[in-house]
Amino acid sequence: MAATTHTLRAKHRRSRLRTLAFLSPWLIGFTVFFAYPMISTVYFSFMHYDGFKPPTWSGTKNWTYVFESYPFFWPALRNTLWLVVIMVTLRVLFGLGIGMLITKIKTGTGIFRTLFYLPYLAPPVAATMAFAFLLNPGTGPVNSLLEKIGIPAPGWFNDPSWSKPALTMLALWGVGDLMVIFMAALLDVPREQYEAAELDGATPWQRFRYVTLPNISPIIMFAVVTGVIGAMQYYTQPLVAGKVASGVIQGAGTAFEPGYPEHSTLTLPQLVYNLGFQRFDYGSACVVALVLFALSMAFTALLMRRRGGLIQAGD
Amino acid sequence: MAQDTAQLLERPVELKLPATPAERTARRKALLEWIAVHSLGVAAALFFTLPFVFVFLTSLMSDSQALSRDLIPHTWEWSNYRKVFDTPGFLTWWKNTLIYAGLGTALTVVSSVPVAYALAKFRFRGRNLTLMLVISMMMLPPQVVVIPMYLFWAKQLDLSGTLWPLIIPLAFGDAFSIFLLRQFLMTIPNEYLDAAKVDGCGDLRTLLRVVLPMAKPGIAAIALFQFFNAWNDYFGPQIYASENPGAWTLSYGLESFKGAHHTDWNLTMAATVLVLAPVLLVFFFAQKAFVEGVTLTGVKG
Repeated sequence: MAATTHTLRAKHRRSRLRTLAFLSPWLIGFTVFFAYPMISTVYFSFMHYDGFKPPTWSGTKNWTYVFESYPFFWPALRNTLWLVVIMVTLRVLFGLGIGMLITKIKTGTGIFRTLFYLPYLAPPVAATMAFAFLLNPGTGPVNSLLEKIGIPAPGWFNDPSWSKPALTMLALWGVGDLMVIFMAALLDVPREQYEAAELDGATPWQRFRYVTLPNISPIIMFAVVTGVIGAMQYYTQPLVAGKVASGVIQGAGTAFEPGYPEHSTLTLPQLVYNLGFQRFDYGSACVVALVLFALSMAFTALLMRRRGGLIQAGD
Repeated sequence: MAQDTAQLLERPVELKLPATPAERTARRKALLEWIAVHSLGVAAALFFTLPFVFVFLTSLMSDSQALSRDLIPHTWEWSNYRKVFDTPGFLTWWKNTLIYAGLGTALTVVSSVPVAYALAKFRFRGRNLTLMLVISMMMLPPQVVVIPMYLFWAKQLDLSGTLWPLIIPLAFGDAFSIFLLRQFLMTIPNEYLDAAKVDGCGDLRTLLRVVLPMAKPGIAAIALFQFFNAWNDYFGPQIYASENPGAWTLSYGLESFKGAHHTDWNLTMAATVLVLAPVLLVFFFAQKAFVEGVTLTGVKG
């Protein structure tokens, strides 16, 4: 009896060691690249630190500075709200539309699917560079075509009221990920439900409203939440677009004021860079980082809520 | 189309009756729908491909023509591509990108596989917590922890001006890869693992001999994603490599290329094509693994 509990305990210990061994890369990674810097970010948010003189306690000064005096914080948050409401919505609708279109296309499906998907793969810097060229007011093909058919050509990335719509076009161009997800979801809708609806004389709109939509609503939810998280973390495209359109491109520590034109492309992650690496105000940069963290985690929690079944937690 | 019309034509032949007016309207409706759907498809295809086409055409224009509003090159200047390659630094950026993407991908796979396996198949206390932390790390923008991480790499290890601060962390598991691979490994039936155990395989042997061969598509997917991530990364090189052009990657260097060739859209577009093309080529060769990966990224139908 004693011997069996002993071996059982030994077995338990072995299995725990085994688990630890398999998890060890991640345990180290989690500690060094997540837990430690998170704690450190909180710490620095209460310190005055410029990277040269040793950090000194500054209480909530950084926090009040970011919320009350830092000129970029509220514009960036407003832009993020714009992106969440307009860009994410349009992208989900467009992705759903393209997904539905591809399920209806019967001839050359493979080619269409590949062509629709490819832009999603374009590296963000290259894609932004391409759109900065396509939409440039001077020689860009888009404005040339618009003027040829007599439509007034907007300034796109050079006009504060058109820069976000231009970024939205770029985001719609790279809708391939949503197309694939929606396509898979649409093909999963049971055929019998459509047949039953047809027997009942449902119009196409009714079939979409009462059969398609209820079946794919978890996927729509997934697309919206991941889209919102993406919008809050939007960095490379607005930054590169602003830099290229403004004509100010150099290495580190330049005078480029982020958000060109007129703060219209500022997003929260850019503020971390601006405060930390251009103004050397590490404390305030950490405040913005924590705001970004809180927003990201709030929406990630929404994503993980088991009831929604968006991400399968346990088994 | 051939298939559809064949199907529609079949019915009256079988019945050996002339098409009733109702059937004829149905046939006409199907044809009209086919035309409508495929016209929309062509329109969408133009929206998705024309940017590539214009970029490519501009990359072949002469310097003076690139300053005009022309859409099609008068003379096809293939030498633009030679000029891009001759730009000081361009080949170094290629080399750095390949090191970052190649080494980073290899390290990611090696370090993420055992973690994903443990999360998918071992039963232990704190497993759900671990998974939730992995998902949280996956959703964490790099900017959140960049200040302490930069201070760590630059001030304590003196590694700024290199890509090592971006490569070394990948040796300790990448959250997205762990999550994606875990989703994949969940689909492997436990019977295989039990059978391996009965045959006397230890955990490591089971992983290497039984699980890995079955997990190839999942591993291919995470390798591809990681490769693309490194290729596309802009923020990482901006933070750690910006001070040293010798450590720049293509994605980072491309922007400075535009700065150096201020108005030369033709050369900038040629450089853009050279950053785009490898990704598209890799996709053509690995399409299946890629699409599988996209559908695996956490969507539960």
